[in-house]
Amino acid sequence: MTETMISLKKIEKTYKMGQNTVHALDHVSLSIEEGDFVSIVGPSGSGKSTLMNTMGCLDHPDSGEYVLGGSHVDSLKDWQLADIRNQKIGFIFQNFNLLGKLTALENVELPLIYRGTKAKERREQAMASLAQVGIEERAEHLPNQLSGGQQQRVAIARALVGQPSILLADEPTGALDSRTSEEIMDLLIALNKEGRTIILITHDLHVARKAKRTVSISDGKLYEGEHVL
Amino acid sequence: MNLLTSINMALRNIRANKTRAFLTMLGIIIGVSSVIVLVAIGQGSSKSVADSVNSLGTNLITVNIMNTDTPYTMDDIGQVQKVYGVKSISPVLTGRVTVQNGSTSTQVALTGTNADYLTTRQLSVGDGRFISTIDDQYRQKEVVLGSQVAQTLFGSASPVNQSVLINGNRYNVIGVLNTKGGSMGQSSDQSVFIPFSTAQRLLQTTHITQFYAQADNQQDVNIAMAGIQRAVGQVYSNTDDYTVINQQDVMNAMDSVTQTMTMLLGGIAGISLLVGGIGIMNIMFVSVTERTREIGIRKAIGAKRRDILLQFLIESTVLSMIGGLCGVAIGLLAGWIYTTVTGGLAVYSITVIVFAFLFSALIGIIFGVFPANKASKLSPIEALRFE
Ligand SMILES: Nc1ncnc2c1ncn2[C@@H]1O[C@H](COP(=O)(O)OP(=O)(O)OP(=O)(O)O)[C@@H](O)[C@H]1O
Ligand SMILES: [Mg+2]
Repeated sequence: MTETMISLKKIEKTYKMGQNTVHALDHVSLSIEEGDFVSIVGPSGSGKSTLMNTMGCLDHPDSGEYVLGGSHVDSLKDWQLADIRNQKIGFIFQNFNLLGKLTALENVELPLIYRGTKAKERREQAMASLAQVGIEERAEHLPNQLSGGQQQRVAIARALVGQPSILLADEPTGALDSRTSEEIMDLLIALNKEGRTIILITHDLHVARKAKRTVSISDGKLYEGEHVL
Repeated sequence: MNLLTSINMALRNIRANKTRAFLTMLGIIIGVSSVIVLVAIGQGSSKSVADSVNSLGTNLITVNIMNTDTPYTMDDIGQVQKVYGVKSISPVLTGRVTVQNGSTSTQVALTGTNADYLTTRQLSVGDGRFISTIDDQYRQKEVVLGSQVAQTLFGSASPVNQSVLINGNRYNVIGVLNTKGGSMGQSSDQSVFIPFSTAQRLLQTTHITQFYAQADNQQDVNIAMAGIQRAVGQVYSNTDDYTVINQQDVMNAMDSVTQTMTMLLGGIAGISLLVGGIGIMNIMFVSVTERTREIGIRKAIGAKRRDILLQFLIESTVLSMIGGLCGVAIGLLAGWIYTTVTGGLAVYSITVIVFAFLFSALIGIIFGVFPANKASKLSPIEALRFE
């Protein structure tokens, strides 16, 4: 039996821009099982990133209930949310979001630093994580010495290093060419096969169809399947 | 996250921005080095004043007579001699004269005094002898030269038994004093000494306007002073007509002057430290804005408020401490240059150096708090969105 990893109930998030209000998330309810691979599709500005940031405990919804791995996120304090981001969640961004002054290895070490892992173990785990995404020989390179695909691999290694149960990827292939996208997707599929829950945002239906399950968002409303497209 | 990692991270960030880090530290460097140098110079001059005052001996009592209507006579001096605790007493007459030997002449201070002057002022004769009581009684035209005057007029030759012209009158040189060193502009090295009675004629005054008394020992200085005050008070009823001071009083007065000076210099330097701190705060604010995205990323992967706060705080503290260290080094160097170039005295105080350094670290913390707090409060999502 699989357990429910993520449970969203009637999540609302609105932004007020002067006169008009934007319903970024409009009573979104979603349940994701452990080990699932869900892709989220939808047009630009539909609320995909807002949903992902909510699930990633980066953003607070205005109302609704969010249970992550059994704990009610709404009632948690800032430092507890930081712990969740550090231990349960691995983020992968469209623009990689690596720290430019740190080497690949140091970037991957960062989550472990905030966890308080000792330097030696940190190094070993980070190297192992880099090896897992097949980029260990670039460990001492700075991000600007790496190609986009390589940078994204480093970012994935960073997301993986803390052994999180969920990987959240916001358009991870958005900045990559189709061949490199293919490689990154294969990597994510392999990680999912190992049992990791993956939630993937994409514009690309071709990419989305590689997931086990697809949901779509339009104007802040969530639909099962490729509803709007 | 442990402290060592944080410090390491801070050092990396500082190294990545060397020019900016240097410019940021400049204020602290200038502040710390000027605190150290200015206080060292202030204390150095205070010490050299104290030294020269001390060279007169702490048992010395100086009496000045301001009343010119009622003359203070040698008989009155004789009364003071009887005061308990007074070892020796020397009336002095001073003036500026031209001393000439052959074609070389020089302007020097002249002191007319008695045989006891040597004891009273704790001087010693290097060559020949000092004025004797008989010289004084018979108004001998004899002169004792200060070491520097002898050097100027006679070079390396011995002046004893030679003669010099003082304001055109011929005087026999009977002795030369040992070098004593300066005491506030009136060094015995640059003076000539003649018998008191001779000086009265040369300077054409009969008034005693000043005399020195030497107390038996340090303990008796105050008793002797009180006795002298009483003795002089019998001649002059008005206390405004005379002053009786000892070296301790002079030293205290000097001390308070130099202390004020040191504090003033230190204060100015302290202000520049403060300005340096504001410079650090300014740069740290810029740095927080520049690194908003970095802060967002760090928070997304699990950095707590405390981690971000510490990171920026440690960075500003490390920055100001490096500045402080550079400041100490430059301060010591500048002090060394000052002493070698001007020949002045610089007294370094470990307390001041440590204090200036710690103060710079403190400034890093205080002025780092506001930017670091701002950084730590950023919402992760907004920070990530920041371009
Ligand atoms: N901080 C904000 N202030 C105001 N409006 C916001 C803010 N963040 C998001 N929005 C609005 O919320 C809506 C959803 O934004 P979101 O970023 O989730 O879209 P998205 O689906 O990820 O789009 P894209 O595919 O272009 O990334 C948009 O209309 C956006 O303008
Ligand atoms: Mg988006």
